[in-house]
Amino acid sequence: MELSAYERSVAGGAAGAASAMALRIVAEAGRLLGASRLIDIKSVHVDGCLYHGDSGVHFVERLVADGGYVRVPTTLNVGALDLLHPERVRGDAHFRVMARRLMDAHLSLGCAQSFTCTPYQAGHRPGLGEHVAWGESNAVAFANSVLGARTNRCGDFLDICAGISGRAPYCGLHLDGSRHASAVVRTSRLSRALKDTDAFYPVLGAWLGAAFGETVAVIDDLPVGLSDDRLKAVAAGAASSGAIGLFHIAGVTPEAPTVESACGGRPPDVEIDLTPEMIRQARDRLSTVDSNRIDAVAVGSPHFSREEFAVLTGLARGKKFIVPFYVCTGRGVVSDLEQNGDRRILEEAGVILVADTCVVVAPILPESGGVLMTNSAKFAHYGPANTGFDVVYGSLDDCVASAVSGQVSRDETLWR
Amino acid sequence: MAVRVRGEVLIGGAAEGPLFRMAKPISFWGGVDPRTGFVSDPRHPDHGKSVSGTVLALSETIGSSSSSAVMLELLAVGLAPCALLLGRPDAILTLGVVVARELGVGSIPVLRLPVETIPWEGQANIYEDGEISFAG
Repeated sequence: MELSAYERSVAGGAAGAASAMALRIVAEAGRLLGASRLIDIKSVHVDGCLYHGDSGVHFVERLVADGGYVRVPTTLNVGALDLLHPERVRGDAHFRVMARRLMDAHLSLGCAQSFTCTPYQAGHRPGLGEHVAWGESNAVAFANSVLGARTNRCGDFLDICAGISGRAPYCGLHLDGSRHASAVVRTSRLSRALKDTDAFYPVLGAWLGAAFGETVAVIDDLPVGLSDDRLKAVAAGAASSGAIGLFHIAGVTPEAPTVESACGGRPPDVEIDLTPEMIRQARDRLSTVDSNRIDAVAVGSPHFSREEFAVLTGLARGKKFIVPFYVCTGRGVVSDLEQNGDRRILEEAGVILVADTCVVVAPILPESGGVLMTNSAKFAHYGPANTGFDVVYGSLDDCVASAVSGQVSRDETLWR
Repeated sequence: MAVRVRGEVLIGGAAEGPLFRMAKPISFWGGVDPRTGFVSDPRHPDHGKSVSGTVLALSETIGSSSSSAVMLELLAVGLAPCALLLGRPDAILTLGVVVARELGVGSIPVLRLPVETIPWEGQANIYEDGEISFAG
């Protein structure tokens, strides 16, 4: 691990104590990852403003006290509080104070007040081949796969240190050779109707992550022109059941004009032909309980987009939910919903908007527990451990129908 | 009978504790409760076991990049493993240890070695130079 003369001077304190600590931590990460050097980065997405304990707050406040400030455009992932609706999140005074201090400390370092896990749907879209340093597993997978930007999965602390130093370890997914697929997943045996269903994509992602861990795969035979929302569902599913930082979809994502080019011209190590049975099993693994009754619905992991809200508003118009129906999103989208009037339609049906945070990272769901229905593979994965709720996976249509009746209502036809 | 192997030192240090080789990879965030040190993911085969004070062996870490913060918090509150043995290099869990060291709240040895060479149970001794001895 070679530091440049400039980097050595920063690490030694020439640019202040915060820059020195940030550069030392980035360099340590580089050493751990076997990087030969550091690389300049264009932007950062910081996952570290979610409160996990006082130690993380003390770390970021140390950077502030030592004069730290980000050197590149830096967005923030969710915090542990909904600053637009403070009553949403339960928690004692200590929790609230520390969670707020962590969010504020990041703002003091010059990070943008985005508080969303979908920065790529809030204007932060690095270009093809751009080196960046992003945290939040779904955002990492989206940036690499869909945008063709280059980032490793930056853990908490590395992300903000990359922002302050403007550097990241030059290794892993920053390198050409690491971005080629070594696995090919064929989907020609799955029906076109299934592939035209939103609920297929979280399941495909969850299967991919469970099957491949962190192996780069290319998926073939999917419809061209897949929406960002379907691609983000694949990214989020794959990055929660596994450690997928990059996947390719032939003819869809920018580094995969064809299966062969995605593989870098080499034969793949493994080829898998997905069957309807494999997809059905992957879907079933997203549910932890065989229940007829639900106690709540939660969608919006990753954060619900404007387009997803347009669909939900259409489905919810004139309906009355008898269980709480949480939708997590970014504050930019909330502002749009207020301007176009959809917020009123959604709230009349019983939707509870959650901004700046989400229901699996903060205590928002009813303390009574029970069964949570979701259309998100990521909520399905993390919900049981983080909220105590059992989960049932279904499509957005299923979630709306079930919220009206309080009974699980799922359209099974596509999955057969 | 003691078995001796050598790991690549990622973070140096000496430690001694009961071995806890996880049956499957885990995401510390959402998988280990930083307030208790117990495996909290009900779908993980080691659900309900404590990582605190153990020599924790993992083939790889998966899932959330917030696992660094969980590692730092476990160290800060005294509920961390006493050493990590990792099958793959990792800058997420290990970085939590790096930051703990920067903040002066503690450090633990982290070594890399093929996890298949690690027994499922027993006692482990970790030495500064990367030597590890396992005793049944």
